Amino acid sequence: MSAETMPGAKMVLKALSEQGVDVIFGYPGGAVLPIYDELFQQNQIRHVLVRHEQAAVHAAEGYARSTGKVGCVLVTSGPGSTNAVTGLTDALMDSIPVVCLTGQVATHLIGNDAFQEADTTGITRPCTKHNYLVKRLDDLSRVIHEAFYVARSGRPGPVVVDLPKDILLGKGTYVPMNRVGKHRTYQPQMKGDLKAIETAVAHMAAARRPLFYVGGGVINSGPAACQLLTQFVRTTGFPLTSTLMGLGAYPGSDPQSLGMVGMHGTYEANLAMHDCDVMICIGARFDDRVTGRLDAFSPGSTKIHVDIDPSSINKNVAVDVPIIGDVAHVLEDMMKVWKATQARPEKAAMESWWKQIATWRKRDCLAYKTTDKIIKPQFAIQRLYEATRDRETYITTEVGQHQMWAAQFYTFEHPNRWMTSGGLGTMGYGYPAAMGVQMAHPEALVVDIAGEASFMMNMQEIATCVQYKLPVKAFILNNEYMGMVRQWQELLHGGRYSESHSTALPDFVKLADSFGAHGIMVDDPAKLDEAIAEMIAIDKPVLMDVRVDPAENCFPMIPSGRAHNEMLLGPEDAGDDAISDDGRMLV
Amino acid sequence: MSMPSETIETHTLSVLVDNESGVLARVVGLFSGRGYNIESLTVAEVDTRSRLSRITLVTSGTPMIIEQIKAQLGRLVPVHTVRDLTVEGPMVSRELALIKVAGTGERRVESLRIADIFRARVVDSTNDSFVFEIVGKTGKVEAFIKLMEPLGLVDISRTGVAAIARGSEGL
Ligand SMILES: Cc1ncc(C[n+]2csc(CCOP(=O)(O)OP(=O)(O)O)c2C)c(N)n1
Ligand SMILES: [Mg+2]
Repeated sequence: MSAETMPGAKMVLKALSEQGVDVIFGYPGGAVLPIYDELFQQNQIRHVLVRHEQAAVHAAEGYARSTGKVGCVLVTSGPGSTNAVTGLTDALMDSIPVVCLTGQVATHLIGNDAFQEADTTGITRPCTKHNYLVKRLDDLSRVIHEAFYVARSGRPGPVVVDLPKDILLGKGTYVPMNRVGKHRTYQPQMKGDLKAIETAVAHMAAARRPLFYVGGGVINSGPAACQLLTQFVRTTGFPLTSTLMGLGAYPGSDPQSLGMVGMHGTYEANLAMHDCDVMICIGARFDDRVTGRLDAFSPGSTKIHVDIDPSSINKNVAVDVPIIGDVAHVLEDMMKVWKATQARPEKAAMESWWKQIATWRKRDCLAYKTTDKIIKPQFAIQRLYEATRDRETYITTEVGQHQMWAAQFYTFEHPNRWMTSGGLGTMGYGYPAAMGVQMAHPEALVVDIAGEASFMMNMQEIATCVQYKLPVKAFILNNEYMGMVRQWQELLHGGRYSESHSTALPDFVKLADSFGAHGIMVDDPAKLDEAIAEMIAIDKPVLMDVRVDPAENCFPMIPSGRAHNEMLLGPEDAGDDAISDDGRMLV
Repeated sequence: MSMPSETIETHTLSVLVDNESGVLARVVGLFSGRGYNIESLTVAEVDTRSRLSRITLVTSGTPMIIEQIKAQLGRLVPVHTVRDLTVEGPMVSRELALIKVAGTGERRVESLRIADIFRARVVDSTNDSFVFEIVGKTGKVEAFIKLMEPLGLVDISRTGVAAIARGSEGL
């Protein structure tokens, strides 16, 4: 029986819907018109027209991170694909599953500097997990199925499929998902080595100052992994700290949680990292924002590292017990071994470890001075948290001080509720990401905690939110500075605030108005709660301009090149010698 | 608590990959992007039916870097296997070089004499030049080139290292 033939563009959509895609974030252009034509003639897959291709990728990231599914992007050739590069790099650094379809000039024109031609696979090779250029119609459906498989399997990441226009227009036979065989090479290891798990548990059982250090890998492994983690951590009674990416994998308000680790992590988390004797790293990658000075990083600990990506192991920090596997699989086995061996850490040792932690906690490292004259940014996030904690709320952020304050002051109890650009630190990430989250969760409250400078990097997306009635809330902590840049200039460059002032800011209320969104401005701490209530109540995209103290700095801080036990806890620590010459060279 | 070693080691890696477009660019881009060394790289299709190519790579770095390189290679989607021939036991490695030497009289005779000692073959000859073909380990090839330098060395073309494990086992 001969199967029905169809144009490549139709095959693309067929493959997408077989892969469970219900929404595509995209922007049209000549090379992808055949796909847009097919989109027009169906109503299974929705298309969200963004206003910049970078935003399409961030929206897909937000969608992916809040659902655990693969996000899908469609852009045209040339400028469409080059505009997507920042988003792809962001997704690669944060291990977010995204499939990005890019248009390409017809195969016979490739290499001729044709109109809107770019070497998309060449440009995106280092910023994707994998990429494809489809040169034969016969490969098309298989490649798309494979792209989804690669994007979501193992350590997730972005995959680009470059689609020449003649391939989209040519007619061929669709190959369904179940007819595409097992992947020839890419088979990530899911189960961890049992011997290594037993060794790990033995170290844990003998630990006197243990610490869990968990990251985004737990969230990527899925809600089951987060649940297993929570059970296991509670069974052991050990303290836990999380990376920026891992927030929500374990309930943030739980007494065993020490908060975030790293450059702007808590005093107790960083000192526990420094002093622990057994570190159980799960789905985190010893990033430089976490380790600080490498040769002083947790000098006395035996390190256990669970990761699905073998290249994360022994990359920056030499570990003693590497376990390659999926977090959920490994945690399940760890729990079994823990129970079977009746592991019981020494009670007295654990008590004195927790006592030590309690004294660190007493430093109250996140304390800040409130006033009734000016809104402190930390206070604004705390109030936002109080007003939204009891509903289904998703938080995205931009990059800067506000991002760190959001991580410090908003408590995440569940996974997939927190999306921030960790690895790449992309200003302009949060607003389009929030759009993607809102598409996936139409009833939920989605808030982008933003800085005014970052917000302006993708604010054209207000139009998208208005068009699709996405009631995304931009909660802009407007300090009239690129605050994080200003903070570094204060600490490292003698207070010479070179080009870090946000001059010529728009009136955000009028800006909202001009797009048909809703704008609110608040500068009085006493009116903040009321403004937040208004923001939540309005069923529209809202820009909320929260005028905050422009001089506030983000503490605690481990300056670059310093060790965990050399934190600056507040302005009083931040003298001229706070940062060494070596540290100045680091980012 | 383990202290990583800082000594620089040289390793020969054998990487089996799908012979598809862009695969070499992925491997080379990985090395340049992450700042690893490539001392030698050879590639050719070794299995036409399954369209597999073998890349033989000589690289150097601390033990931790070598481990990283192998893990990073292993993570590339078209890579089937990454084997470290240096670690996995005895191997045979060879490279081939074509070496052009120009000269007359005593220097010409001397180059021929040394070529004989090194078992290099003459594959082209004119009245005032030879092209020698030499096969051997990198060290031997380099020693030969060094000796040819004062004798009128004009051009060198080297294949880079091809290597394979000794014994009956396949990789
Ligand atoms: C695309 C991009 N460009 C530059 C930077 C460097 N950078 C990091 S934070 C920051 C300032 C952010 O300012 P704002 O959004 O107002 O946040 P604030 O720090 O004031 O809270 C800059 C410029 C970046 N992270 N991303
Ligand atoms: Mg700002």
